Order: sequence, then C-alpha cells, then structure tokens
Amino acid sequence: MLRLENISMTVNGNNGAAREIIHDISLEFQPGRLYAITGPNGGGKTSIAKVIMGIYRHNSGHIYLNGEAVDELSVTERARRGIAYAFQQPPRFKGLAVEDILQIACPDLDPLELRKTLRDVGLCPEDYLERDVGPGLSGGEMKRIEIAQVLVRDAVVSIFDEPEAGVDLWTIQRLIGLIVMKYQNNPRGAAIIITHNENLLPICDEIIVVEDGQVTQKGSPQQVWPLIKDEIECKMKYRCGGEALYEL
Amino acid sequence: MNFSKLDMNLLNAIADLQEVPAGAINVRRDGQAVIRQSSSQVDIRTNPKNNGLVVEVKPGTRDETVHIPVILTRADFQDKVFNTFIIGEDAEVTIIAGCGIHNAGHGESRHDGIHEFVVADNARVKYVEKHYGEGSDQGKKVLNPTTIVRVGKGASVEMEMFQIRGVDDTVRSTIAHVEAGGNLKLLERLMTHGKQNAESLIEINIEGENGTAQILSRSVARDDSTQLFKASLVGKNQCYGHVECDAIIMDSARIKSVPQLVAEDARAELTHEAAIGRIAGEQLTKLMSLGLSEQEAVDTILEGFLR
Repeated sequence: MLRLENISMTVNGNNGAAREIIHDISLEFQPGRLYAITGPNGGGKTSIAKVIMGIYRHNSGHIYLNGEAVDELSVTERARRGIAYAFQQPPRFKGLAVEDILQIACPDLDPLELRKTLRDVGLCPEDYLERDVGPGLSGGEMKRIEIAQVLVRDAVVSIFDEPEAGVDLWTIQRLIGLIVMKYQNNPRGAAIIITHNENLLPICDEIIVVEDGQVTQKGSPQQVWPLIKDEIECKMKYRCGGEALYEL
Repeated sequence: MNFSKLDMNLLNAIADLQEVPAGAINVRRDGQAVIRQSSSQVDIRTNPKNNGLVVEVKPGTRDETVHIPVILTRADFQDKVFNTFIIGEDAEVTIIAGCGIHNAGHGESRHDGIHEFVVADNARVKYVEKHYGEGSDQGKKVLNPTTIVRVGKGASVEMEMFQIRGVDDTVRSTIAHVEAGGNLKLLERLMTHGKQNAESLIEINIEGENGTAQILSRSVARDDSTQLFKASLVGKNQCYGHVECDAIIMDSARIKSVPQLVAEDARAELTHEAAIGRIAGEQLTKLMSLGLSEQEAVDTILEGFLR
C-alpha cells in the first residue's frame, strides 16, 4: 500500500556542509497493520514521517502509495490521496476552534462522530469544541486534538509522531488503546507510530528501529523487542532517576 | 421604505440585515434618515444641532437591540454625523452600527462618524461596528470614526470594531474614561489590502478604583497597504489594564504598532503584548496536511485570525 524505495535525504548543516539525515531506506506498510518506528533522538524518525507526508523532500528514491508514485505530489495532494500525519509538536492557531479544525480534517464528519472522537481522546466536547486551537491549551490538550484530527479521517496511512509526548500516563494508555483498536486488522488503513513507549512497542505488528538515518532493525516484536528491550529499560531507569545508581 | 439591491448588500455586509428588524432602528442613507423607529425602551431622535442622533436607552432596559447603520451609495458623497448614546442605569443593550460605502465614481466618498457614549452606572452595552467599502477601483472610500466613551461605575462596555474590506483610508480614534468598577473591552479587527491605509489611535483612561480595560487588536496587512496602531492605557487609580495587538503582515505591507502604558498610580497594573509576523510555515503545512490547498490554508488562517 505504501512503499518507500531507497529513500535518501540530505540537508545543509549550519556550517553549510551537506548532511545526510536519511540514508537509503526501503520500507513497506500494509493495511491492517500497526508499525512502530523507534530509535534514539535525532536518528531520523520524524524526517521519515515528513518525507512520507511531503513536508520534506527526498533527494533520491521513490515513494509509492497504492502503486502510484507520489514523489512529486504536494502535501495537499498527498493528504487528499489518504496520508494523514499527527505532528509531534502541533502548531497553534488564533481564531481557529477545535470544531473548525476537526471539520477541516474531515468535512463530511457527522457531528455526533466528531463529539465521540473528542470524548475518545479524553476531551469533553462541551468544554473544547469552541475553544481555539491556540495558546490557551496545554501541550497535552494540543496533542490529543492533533490525534483526534487523524482519527476522524479514514486515511490509507495514518502517521502518529510520538503520540505519548506531553500526555499524562493515564491518557497514554487510552490513546494507545484507541490507535490499536482503529488500525490493527483494519483492511482500509495502516498506522505508523513513532514512539518510545515500552507498552506500545510489543503490541505493534512490526518494529522498525532507525538510527543515524538508517534502519538498523526491522521485524516482528518477537524478533526485535528482545534486542532493544534492555536498552529502553535502561533509558527508563535513567529517566526515572537511576543515573546515580549506575554511577555507584 | 424600499431598499435597492445595492442598499441591501451594504446593510447585510455591515449589520447582517436582510430585512428591517423589529425594535429601535435608524438607517441613514446618503446623509438622510430613511428609516427611524423608536421602541418602548429606546428613543431615537434628531439631536439639537440637527447633525445627528440622540439614542436614549431607558434605565433598567433588558434584551434590547438597536440598529443604526449608515450607507453611502452616491458617488463621491461626503457625510458627517454626530451621534450621542445615553444608556440608562442598569440597562442592557446591544447596538449594531456600521458604515458601508459604495462609490462608483472617481472621487472620494467619505463618512466621518462621531459617536459619544455615556453609559450610566451598572449598565451593560455591547456595541458592534463594521466598516465596508465597494465600488469602482478609482473611487476612494474613506471612513473616519471617532468614538468617545464614558463607562460609569460598575458598568460594562464591550466594543467590537471590524473593518471588513474595501476601505481605502481610515483614521479611527477612540477615547475612553472608565469609572470605579467599570469595565471596557475593545476588540478591533482590521484588514487592509491594495494601497489602503489604516490608523487606529486609542486612549483609555482608567480613572476609578478597580476599573478594568482590555484592548485586543488583530489586523492583517496585505499587498502594499500600511497600518498604524497606537494604543495608550492610562491607569489613574488601583486598576487593571491590558493591551494585546497581533498583526499578520504579508506581501509588501507595512505595520507600525505602538502600545503605550502610563501608570499614574502605584497600584495600577498594566500589561501589554505586541506581535507582528508572517503566517507561520508550520501553520500552513498543518492545514495543507489536512487537505487544504495553500491558498485555502492562508484564507482559513486569516479568517480565523480576524474572527
């Protein structure tokens, strides 16, 4: 359904020298499956998502959506063909209400379905529909609205860029449940989730590890999870204050 | 009174009027009152100098709406009007004003409207004013509104002032005095394009104890247009005031924004925020990723911003 073939992308660094941030990546995404892209910060995960959406342009390789090459298509055209992307850090708007942006995401959306989706992501429609997607919302609220924008669309490929970032622990579980329920075994679409979440990774159909702009591991959770589990747990301990313990 | 299609287009643009509404109304067309109707709670009469209106809202009035739109339909026509609004104690009223100009000529059509509001204690007023111009490209459309407001003790006044489009030149002056416990909220929305020029000069004096005032201005300047925004908040007592002016600048437009805070009492708490910038690329990308074209994304952002 979505195929990345030998994708590479180079940018100009601060010193003017060219720097390759994606190197010769080939991936395939099929409907009804949940894909996790994980790996260290700065490894190229978000760049892959933005290349798929058309926000970044790759220098070589091809992207095919349902057999059609979409390399030359704009962001708008890719969105209209069924690629949806929940930004890692969604932008804020003054004067654009939650209801407005959800209706832009899905113009034919039934009002009841719209309200249900908001409730699903843990936001009360009565409190949020008329609020601006603006500075008055917290990072976690912005993130939930961003995810709702993708959930309301019946996209061929839905990309969630770190859906857990900035969201409280209780809501993370809820969001994971929603994404799994909507996309796993859904014949109409696939979900790609860029994540570090140790609860989500093992239940995905495929884990793709990206480091230094390259795919270093790829396979089922049974194959990949044991290889990266220790590393992630080690990072968790570090994050939870384990640094001193290791030093001792 | 029959209105032409042109009249109705203007009235619809500035006051959402598709027909003559019930309640108090005065429609001024080309310098003449063509409809005038008072209600049991609102009296509309010609002022003693015969150059405008006195609109008097009785004390204790509830749920009353007054329409006082002005339209200019004759080419190169110039009009000046002095209106006084006297709002009685504890009254609650909405006033829909606005001016629409259709200038099919090659000269200048201009409306200078001077509105004075005397809002008695504990009254609540919502005032909505929209400005709009249309007609030939050669004919100039000029609107110069002057608004003078006195907000009584414990009274609350909310003023929404919109310049929709098509006004070539405007100098908008607003002077307000807020008494103890009074609140004034001024919302301004302004769009300029082509070679238009707009100036908004605001001075709010918060004179009474615990008086509050907010100025919230948003504007968009496109093409070769220019804008000047000067807002001064003067705190003369224990009071709170805030100025917020946001502007989106596009093409070759120019914007000058000058928020000023003056504290004449150590207990005055005054703040301001000002920002001028282009539409953020991330905002455009976000809306395009939802399926909007770039132009649709720009229009959506501007429409929301000026809402």
